[in-house]
Amino acid sequence: MHVEEKLTAETFPASPEKATLEGKNKFLGFWLFLGGETVLFASLFATYLALRDKTAGGPSAEELFRMPLVFVATMLLLTSSLTSVYAIYHMKNFDFKKMQLWFGVTVLLGAGFLGLEIFEFNEYVREGHVFTKSAFASSFYTLVGTHGAHVAFGLLWIVTLMIRNAKRGLNLYNAPKFYVASLYWHFIDVVWVFIFTVVYLMGMVG
Amino acid sequence: MSTVARKKSLIWDYLTTVDHKKIAILYLIAGGFFFLVGGLEALFIRIQLAKPNNDFLVGGLYNQVLTMHGTTMIFLAAMPLVFAMMNAVVPIQIGARDVAFPFLNALGFWLFFFGGVFLNLSWFLGGAPDAGWTSYASLSLESPGHGIDFYVLGLQISGFGTLIGGINFLVTIINMRAPGMTYMRMPMFTWATFVTSALILFAFPPLTVGLIFMMMDRLFGGNFYNPAGGGNTIIWEHLFWIFGHPEVYILVLPAFGIFSEIFATFSKKRLFGYSSMVFATVLIGFLGFMVWAHHMFTVGMGPIANAIFAVATMAIAVPTGIKIFNWLFTMWGGNIRFTTPMLYAVAFIPSFVMGGVTGVMNAAAAADYQYHDSYFVVAHFHYVIVGGVVFALLAGAHYWWPKMFGKMLNETLGKITFWLFFTGFHLTFFIQHFLGLMGMPRRVFTYLPGQGFETGNLISTVGAFFMAAATIVLLVNVVITTAKGQKAEADAWGDGRTLEWAVASPPPEYNFAQTPLVRGLDAFWIEKMEGKKGLTPAEPLGDIHMPNSSILPFVISLGLFIAAFGFMYRTEHSWGLAVGIIGLLITLGSMFLRSVIDDHGFHIHKEEVLEAEKGVKA
Repeated sequence: MHVEEKLTAETFPASPEKATLEGKNKFLGFWLFLGGETVLFASLFATYLALRDKTAGGPSAEELFRMPLVFVATMLLLTSSLTSVYAIYHMKNFDFKKMQLWFGVTVLLGAGFLGLEIFEFNEYVREGHVFTKSAFASSFYTLVGTHGAHVAFGLLWIVTLMIRNAKRGLNLYNAPKFYVASLYWHFIDVVWVFIFTVVYLMGMVG
Repeated sequence: MSTVARKKSLIWDYLTTVDHKKIAILYLIAGGFFFLVGGLEALFIRIQLAKPNNDFLVGGLYNQVLTMHGTTMIFLAAMPLVFAMMNAVVPIQIGARDVAFPFLNALGFWLFFFGGVFLNLSWFLGGAPDAGWTSYASLSLESPGHGIDFYVLGLQISGFGTLIGGINFLVTIINMRAPGMTYMRMPMFTWATFVTSALILFAFPPLTVGLIFMMMDRLFGGNFYNPAGGGNTIIWEHLFWIFGHPEVYILVLPAFGIFSEIFATFSKKRLFGYSSMVFATVLIGFLGFMVWAHHMFTVGMGPIANAIFAVATMAIAVPTGIKIFNWLFTMWGGNIRFTTPMLYAVAFIPSFVMGGVTGVMNAAAAADYQYHDSYFVVAHFHYVIVGGVVFALLAGAHYWWPKMFGKMLNETLGKITFWLFFTGFHLTFFIQHFLGLMGMPRRVFTYLPGQGFETGNLISTVGAFFMAAATIVLLVNVVITTAKGQKAEADAWGDGRTLEWAVASPPPEYNFAQTPLVRGLDAFWIEKMEGKKGLTPAEPLGDIHMPNSSILPFVISLGLFIAAFGFMYRTEHSWGLAVGIIGLLITLGSMFLRSVIDDHGFHIHKEEVLEAEKGVKA
């Protein structure tokens, strides 16, 4: 199919993200990129696991972590993954308005998560858990902060796509863009599940 | 919206190009330049070591030259030259009109380029990195000045470029193959590129993470590697070698691919044991990730870990041996032509096997305690990297030069280059095995008289000058060829087997007027054997869709280059932070522009294609 074809709900393909060669390339290339990102986070996790007890006299994980706060943030991010599924569902049904709506909800939830994370970091810093304090602090902020930077980048990306395409609706040129942005968002979510388990839950039990 | 590309100046054309063939030339020029720089550094090292107690390059300066020789040769010479070959050949070998992501292809080049320039500017800005190309944290955290910061930031930038290139070739090979080009009909060089790209995808992120930690420790007060803050310097060694060992295969698998093409072409036979070659390539790629700790036998990981990594390392000799025998059997009974590329290929086999044998010696963990940090190791890795990778790059450059530039390199000068280089290589490095076994430590800037090292080192230095002479002859050859070389045919060597030899030399912008139909391994050879002049088309002649050129890849990379300076000087200059942020804004702003400006490419019309094809045939 051609990129600039005018489409209706009836003629819109079932997988618009893979209907053109450019779309197919984007789809595959992005999955591969996420493979590389997985190795990146795996390296960060491994280092964190090696250094998480090395507090050098600073506060330890058990003393620091605010689990209620982290739990709320986790719920926000997990829900945002669900709402981005809704957005893609509506994209496939060629319902541009509902797609924008659900991406909008996704962005709000993501921004809520990011706000809570910044607040959380700020609290930790006040308790003396600064980046330069210990190997634990350095590896904690680098792992969780790299994830946070991904969230921030994802938010900017989705908002850019929403504004850029607000007036022209869906076509086979921008459908793959929305699709890979949602893939990225899911990836961020999956990484957070591991951070919640490995950093926060394991941090509370020892 | 169909527009014809306007006439552009040559420089602007290359700054904005997204054509894989022009990007290949950029990689070749930039990689070739850094190869000369790294080669000069090697000569300086050999001059210093020519006699005992020499004072040509002493102490810290020697450390800088040694560090930059290794770093430059691996990251800024070998990698880009491999990418030059891949870009020049792979899309055409699979019957594609371009790579999957032409824009990202250009971005990958410019990131590598600016990373390399950044790293080398350290020479003029207070001194180069001096902790060896492995930059172990226990050394590099203590290194004064900004040398190591140049290493850390420069390699991060160029590493992104390599990662992007890897993803691009994976998608290209999976999605862009011509009809009939099944996986098991892909030329060996394409297979090698495919596996190499997968290795790049999984090996470069650990390096990036290791470099980020080092950047945090050196520039932002982190404690990853600093034992005083609870850090652990061994983490760097693991991250570096989880990247570093696959990197060896990232370099040598394309070399194997290049030689596979050359052996088949100049033996006038299809490659012996093609499917076992594919299997061996994939297996080497897989095992390449399982052996990184053999660089760390003396760290103290314990006998169990050492034994596991020793056995895994030795296992790699099996698929490599399969390859060696397949090349020998390809030549067996073949109609062999000793052209320049073929000379390199034939010389590669014994040279590389010697490097492989010392590799297995090093893999024996207990024995490695003796070899570790001695010249034996230096001899070993130069036998695999020079005897494998550099021979392949020189062979590939001669082999595909007519395809890239449309002119044949002079064969007589090519053969002189080969003999000088081949002799010089063995003269330089063979003796180093014995220097190492006699106890000469690597990375030390001098030695005392009367320890029995004098003759060996002098021989080694003489050999280095042979290689320098070979390089000069090669440069002369390039100049002469460019000025008045003989024009190359499409099938420049007359015995081409793969698709790149079916298109003009150099190929038109769109590679194939009609996408070819591939009917078997060695697709072009099949057509020739059936008496046909060209390929069987898989589609009617029509308009050809092409990507637009863009300056954004250049600007995105420039932004990171500026940002790296800013963050490096942040603590001692007030402008540092501002410059760093401006650099990042340039990069992010360009990425934003790339996202919001539609880029649909343009079409070359059927009539123009017909016109261009007539010009070629006439």
